[in-house]
Amino acid sequence: MATTTGYFDQLRKSRVWRSIFRSGTGASTLRRSLAIQQDVFLHLFPTKVRRRMLNLNVTWYLGTLTFGTFLILVSTGILLMLYYHPSVPQAYADTKDLQFVVSDGLFLRNLHRWSAHAMVFLVFAHMFKVFYRGAYRPPREFNWVIGVILLLITLLLSYTGYLLPWDQLAFWAITVGSNIASAVPVMGDKVHFLLLGGNLVNANALLRFYVLHCMILPLTAIFFIAIHFWRIRKDGGLYAPPRDSTTGREEAPIQEGR
Amino acid sequence: MSDPKDFISGVDSNARREPRRVVFVTRRTSAQVRVTDEEVVQTFPEVLFRAVVAIEVLATVLVWISLLFNAPLEGIADPSHTPNPAKAPWYFLGLQEMLHYFPPMVAGVLVPTLVVIALIVIPYFNINVEAEGVFLKDRPRRLQIFYVVAVGLSLFLLFFHVYVAWVPSLIVAGLMLVAAQSSAQSPSRTGRYLASKPLSFWIMTWFLFELVVLTAIGTFFRGPGWSWVWPWRG
Repeated sequence: MATTTGYFDQLRKSRVWRSIFRSGTGASTLRRSLAIQQDVFLHLFPTKVRRRMLNLNVTWYLGTLTFGTFLILVSTGILLMLYYHPSVPQAYADTKDLQFVVSDGLFLRNLHRWSAHAMVFLVFAHMFKVFYRGAYRPPREFNWVIGVILLLITLLLSYTGYLLPWDQLAFWAITVGSNIASAVPVMGDKVHFLLLGGNLVNANALLRFYVLHCMILPLTAIFFIAIHFWRIRKDGGLYAPPRDSTTGREEAPIQEGR
Repeated sequence: MSDPKDFISGVDSNARREPRRVVFVTRRTSAQVRVTDEEVVQTFPEVLFRAVVAIEVLATVLVWISLLFNAPLEGIADPSHTPNPAKAPWYFLGLQEMLHYFPPMVAGVLVPTLVVIALIVIPYFNINVEAEGVFLKDRPRRLQIFYVVAVGLSLFLLFFHVYVAWVPSLIVAGLMLVAAQSSAQSPSRTGRYLASKPLSFWIMTWFLFELVVLTAIGTFFRGPGWSWVWPWRG
């Protein structure tokens, strides 16, 4: 064990490693801060977090878990794309092949589908938790709005993915859902036509939903997730209820001044 | 300048801590806004480690679910054969339940649009910024408004036979009445808790109740022709 750690330390001190990760080794606060600040992805996060925000009952880690489902969905989704043609009736045959022919295809599809349900559930849970914590109040109001946008993107992602297996369940769920678009005043039928690429759920609709599901919506989601994370840092970290300076007890959540 | 002494100044000339800092504090205000003696931890590695562990636990649970339960796959899509009932994904079944009572224009367009707008304006809605209990101030008048809204909503829902949305509304209204009868001095802990809750809390809680109940009914209690079925009776 000690030698493994030793080798790893050697590796981290090597010229090549240092050319990639410039923060350097060591457990000093400076090194650990640099590890966050000098990484293009990690610098979205603050370098320090209040210790009491790590307690499970403060956030239930719902935002983290939602992001976790997103990571699982991206990785399983890319693998599923390797076996899938967005055409009629090949889409259904491909889904059948995933169930019965492709190695671990059934597991892959199961994981993608259950993670998608989990993500929708977790996004709602995260939203209500943030609300009941009072964490949406200024100066975090815009991050709440981003969160609402991410909720809508999540619903759209799940909804567009629902059609892709091209089975009865998919076809009629999308038919029921897309008919609602027709009820939009004045331009309802136009919106319906634009969404489906036709007046009915058909091969055009499948292709459109595929492009939305695999390209447009995930990229949009990543864009807004990045802003969502970055705004946590910019708005002063996770919302912590103010504490009484003498007793250290948390006061009832009240609005902070701007 | 009326009072030339109305400021203090200072120069920090520690040679090791450049640049040199000059401070002017006017009108005897303090530059120190808030003392923070919070204990903090480094994001790397402590917070990231916990996040990774949380995601790993989640992944483990989802892998187990995926090993035990198969995703549904029915016959190939057939536009000429409509299943009864044709259901949307579960998170839209609350909406589909509403579509059963109201025209698509109301249940499918107006209500979701209003919900999204309401969610977006929540943090900008600066009435009652102190987040005080809704009945703590001006209690008789606010109770009157509450009764008018509650009775109006009930009549509306009963007129359209939306009993499924009426029941959660009644529960929330009941809790609000408990809040109205309580204060910060109430003996019961629940009473004190409910009394401290602002209007936004009640609106969100009502939304949460409706969301859960309507989604559950759409998922489990609706059969052919959107008729009521009991899920335990085959």
